[in-house]
Amino acid sequence: MYDFTYQKPASLADAASILSGDADAKALAGGMTYIPVLKQRLAKPSAIVDLSGLGLSGITVAGGTVTIGAMTTHGTVANSAEVKAAIPALAALAGGIGDEAVRHRGTIGGSLANNDPAACYPSAVLALGATITTNKRAIAADDYFQGMFTTALEEGEIITSVSFPVPERAAYEKFRNPASRYAIVGVFVAKFATGARVAVTGASQSGVFRHAGMEAALSANFSPDATAGVTTEADNMNGDIHASAEYRAHLVGVVTKRAVAKA
Amino acid sequence: MGFEGIGASVRRKEDLRFLSGNGNYTDDINRPGQLYAVMRRSDRPHAKINGIDTAAASKAPGVVAIFTGADMAKDEIGGLPCGWQIHNKDGSPMAEPPHPVLAIGKVRHVGDPVAVVIAETKQQARDAAELIAIDYHDLPSISSTPDAIAAGAPLVHDELGSNICYDWHIGDKAVVDAAFAGAAHVVKLDLVNNRLVPNAMEPRAAIGDYDTSSGDYTLYTTSQNPHVIRLLMGAFVLHIPENKLRVVAPDVGGGFGSKIYHYAEEAIVTWASAKVRRPVKWTADRTESFMSDAHGRDHVSTAEMAVAADGKFLGLRIHTLANMGAYLSTFAPAVPTYLYATLLAGVYTTPVIYCEVKAVFTHTVPVDAYRGAGRPEATFLLERLVDCIAQDTGIDRVELRRKNFIPSNAFPYQTPVALQYDSGDYQTTLKVALANADWDGFEARRAEAKSRGKLRGIGISTYLEACGIAPSAVVGSLGARAGLYEVANIRVHPTGSVTVFTGTHSHGQGHETTLAQLVCDQLGVPLSQVDVVHGDTAKIPFGMGTYGSRSLAVGGSAMVKAMDKIIAKGKKIAAHLMEASVEDIEFANNTFTVAGTDKSKTLTDISLAAYVPHNYPIDEIEPGLDETAFYDPKNFTFPGGCHIAEVEIDPETGVTTVINFTAVDDVGRVVNPMIVEGQIQGGVAQGIGQALLEAAIYDKSGQLLSGSMMDYTMPRADNLPNFNVATENTMCTHNPLGSKGCGEVGAIGSPPAIMNAVIDALKDYGVRHIDMPATGPKLWSIIQAGQTKMAAE
Amino acid sequence: MPQVTLTVNGKQHTVEVEGRTLLVELLREKLGLTGTHVGCDTSQCGACVVHVDGVSAKSCTMLAVQANGTSVTTIEGLAAADGTLHPMQEMFREHHALQCGFCTPGMVMSAIDLVNSNPAGLTEKEIREGLEGNLCRCTGYHNIVKAIAAAAPLMHAK
Repeated sequence: MYDFTYQKPASLADAASILSGDADAKALAGGMTYIPVLKQRLAKPSAIVDLSGLGLSGITVAGGTVTIGAMTTHGTVANSAEVKAAIPALAALAGGIGDEAVRHRGTIGGSLANNDPAACYPSAVLALGATITTNKRAIAADDYFQGMFTTALEEGEIITSVSFPVPERAAYEKFRNPASRYAIVGVFVAKFATGARVAVTGASQSGVFRHAGMEAALSANFSPDATAGVTTEADNMNGDIHASAEYRAHLVGVVTKRAVAKA
Repeated sequence: MGFEGIGASVRRKEDLRFLSGNGNYTDDINRPGQLYAVMRRSDRPHAKINGIDTAAASKAPGVVAIFTGADMAKDEIGGLPCGWQIHNKDGSPMAEPPHPVLAIGKVRHVGDPVAVVIAETKQQARDAAELIAIDYHDLPSISSTPDAIAAGAPLVHDELGSNICYDWHIGDKAVVDAAFAGAAHVVKLDLVNNRLVPNAMEPRAAIGDYDTSSGDYTLYTTSQNPHVIRLLMGAFVLHIPENKLRVVAPDVGGGFGSKIYHYAEEAIVTWASAKVRRPVKWTADRTESFMSDAHGRDHVSTAEMAVAADGKFLGLRIHTLANMGAYLSTFAPAVPTYLYATLLAGVYTTPVIYCEVKAVFTHTVPVDAYRGAGRPEATFLLERLVDCIAQDTGIDRVELRRKNFIPSNAFPYQTPVALQYDSGDYQTTLKVALANADWDGFEARRAEAKSRGKLRGIGISTYLEACGIAPSAVVGSLGARAGLYEVANIRVHPTGSVTVFTGTHSHGQGHETTLAQLVCDQLGVPLSQVDVVHGDTAKIPFGMGTYGSRSLAVGGSAMVKAMDKIIAKGKKIAAHLMEASVEDIEFANNTFTVAGTDKSKTLTDISLAAYVPHNYPIDEIEPGLDETAFYDPKNFTFPGGCHIAEVEIDPETGVTTVINFTAVDDVGRVVNPMIVEGQIQGGVAQGIGQALLEAAIYDKSGQLLSGSMMDYTMPRADNLPNFNVATENTMCTHNPLGSKGCGEVGAIGSPPAIMNAVIDALKDYGVRHIDMPATGPKLWSIIQAGQTKMAAE
Repeated sequence: MPQVTLTVNGKQHTVEVEGRTLLVELLREKLGLTGTHVGCDTSQCGACVVHVDGVSAKSCTMLAVQANGTSVTTIEGLAAADGTLHPMQEMFREHHALQCGFCTPGMVMSAIDLVNSNPAGLTEKEIREGLEGNLCRCTGYHNIVKAIAAAAPLMHAK
């Protein structure tokens, strides 16, 4: 790891000002992805701005919306009685990220700011049509994800919370990379009165995406059988030593079907 | 004190320190004034080094010294030696290209060390290592084994004129060809044994510590055999005599073969500590381990069996291409030859066998012995081939095995590939395994799985291995440049407690307990009063270390011999003290007795007399009760048995789940059943890893794609089932304990059992063979292709 | 250089570190607590697991400065003052759940957290899945699973 200065601001404004004032300063949430990046010397930040002192943790459920503070850990979401009652699929997703020790430190805000193409949370945010609130504005999920490791966040913009509308039914299913245990294909399905939303993570070269074919089929009939015959193009899928593009495209169908069965 | 001798599952003596965080692994050791070494390694598979510019790095904060291959050459440092010489078919010796400690002129694999930076802190050394500018001229490379012998292949070592290390064979080709000519069936199989990364959980580490006052060197290292390292590094690399070089291998966090070899970093830190006159520590990070620890396996073979109409095996013909990597690791040449081809008879009466092996160089990390070493390759080939014979001839796979087993009354049994087996009972291990696995009830379980949409299969492997390595004269005649005896020093202290100094090394095997149990058994000393010391050339007379499941069979036998000497001397002392004749003294249960009388002396009485020799036969014998024995085994040992795997495949994803795994092994005399079961469970887990999960994958450009635990699939708890492990033992006939060895059986017998089960599960899809690992995408493709074919039919 | 004040195994320490110093480096190199191990560099193996404020954390994936003000327990801090082993340590010994011992400290710390967070008990499957973040190359996990299953009721009975 290259050395850096460490700062732990006590207010959001201070954090934003440090980050805006130094293009090479980087925010640190739980660090479960970023610290390994630093250890491999793949990044050389001038300063690390620790967001853990800003009071950004916590869960509230009100008016059909679950709001989760950006620094809330996966473990807290997984074990939250409120989340389990309102959107059990979201608690289950959080409970399946990484391992127990990772879930004690990894945060929803960190996961979304990083937007790793194999991360789980982006699929829930996109499928549930969540709103990402930052220190500057509110961003709709459909506008937020802009490809692998790329988001709508601007320089110095810090996620403060994420608000999820409560669906009628939802589920997340993941096919894991056998080595890293990240998602090779993760699918979050959600049924709203207005129709179904389906978001796929892990699979595509463009990062998390909504699956139009599955959404159409499941909006018409939210059942596992409805996914049969809906195909996924392999062209834009990732391919690596663990899964070819064709295999991933196939798995999107299998995993979606299983997610619907679970919902 | 309960029963603590041979056969007792006593809890391990070493566990208290490991469980309380008091283990003492190499990286836990810090020497006063210690500096840190970081290697600058090649990031390309094959390149000429035009120049190395260390100017900027030298000026970086904390840097004490930077050394390259040229600096070592100036000190006339030798290359890393190879401990085994194979001869070609024509009798000429194998090619043995130089293996410089730090690269000279060229780099030959990703990870080849080019320079070492020594600095006050590890981070400073790492910061500076990045500042070294290496001017490379990239050259074409080869990473796949078959490519090494393709026409026009780039050469790993220009001076050899080819990439062939040796072209070796065993058996009489003409006789074998004749057996094929008359056979009712010839069954042929092409197969690959996948390349693996050992990944002991403790990364390698080394500390060089030069004593400026005495001129003595100490190397602390993660080694399975400190005396071997002292010999190789002292005599061949650094030219330091043994009396000035101490090698300590303290607690070592797993080895599986990968910590047998003498590695560059050991020589670098030892040499550098004298150059900078301060201790120098190097610790690998895991990424470095992937590109610098010797890998395992990596064979490409064609196997053919000539089979009679009744299913009897008539002859076996094998051609194997074995990857050595870029340089010869310490024991690499022995693995695909004498640890592989000599095992090709397996448990069968195949009368004639011919095997030719070409070993090749590639631009990859050196390959050497990994748990099982050669024997898993032979077993996988044989047991897959037997299943193919069953499939091709329609003979039941269990019946086919039974029919060809060496009968239990045929021992000693001379195979056509040099080995003579001393004992075994393959029908019994098979019978018990079939019962334990409920083989007969399988079809009902298959049908039940099918009702859940799962493809269930069952697979069997009946195998044998040779271990207890090894009779020195035999291995010497086969090219070993070392003896493979073992050494034990038994020290009975004045008050009767005992310290065992063993030349074997425990890095998980539990020797501090098992070897102490031998003392409980033979001398009747309670376990709490026996300590086992290993891993330090300054304390132990000599030793060849631990690998090849040799520690009990060879090292334990040396202890028995040394304790025989203790008892013999004790009898003389007892005879003197009790005024009896030596012939009348009996020893049992820690007590010397005059036969037929109630006169007796405990071992403590005798040891006290030996160290306080006031009333002592001083003219006849020396004071003290401290004996050393060297034991050279008369033969290898031959554990074997039967492994049965039951798997389920999800046809939608191709993912295999191991449902049941049954092992019934013959490991000879068992000293501690709990430890033996643990060894077998661990070995089976590695075998399942090889069969389903693990693969070192190089891309065409020579980069290791599975170069971290993010991409190399290590078996985790949820990949494995509970194991149904049992032993059915016959005794080794030629060592005093009757023990055969248990460290490798699990990794040897299990891969073909798993693969035979996978292929059985897919039997409706027209599958005859699948190479390991049987990953989800691989099986999914096979299922897809099969479904397409079935639909077309 | 940043200063970190933290409690480790009940004892408070104030230590100067670099920003980039990892918690595991602080424990091993500054405090000499070498029971916590480093087995990989990608947060996969779990040899470095300690408890931070009562729950498991990978000390190789945490900056020392992030541990400022926390209470850390390492393998060295598990046994009672009189040397009595924690039930998880005791069951690992009883069931031969360790061989080379290198993964053991992290495995034990993770196992304790797993049992603590499942007061209703654990099935074999849950134990296996709960060990996702810890690698062992020696045992094949069979005896580790047995040891945790045996330790759970002992821990809950306390």
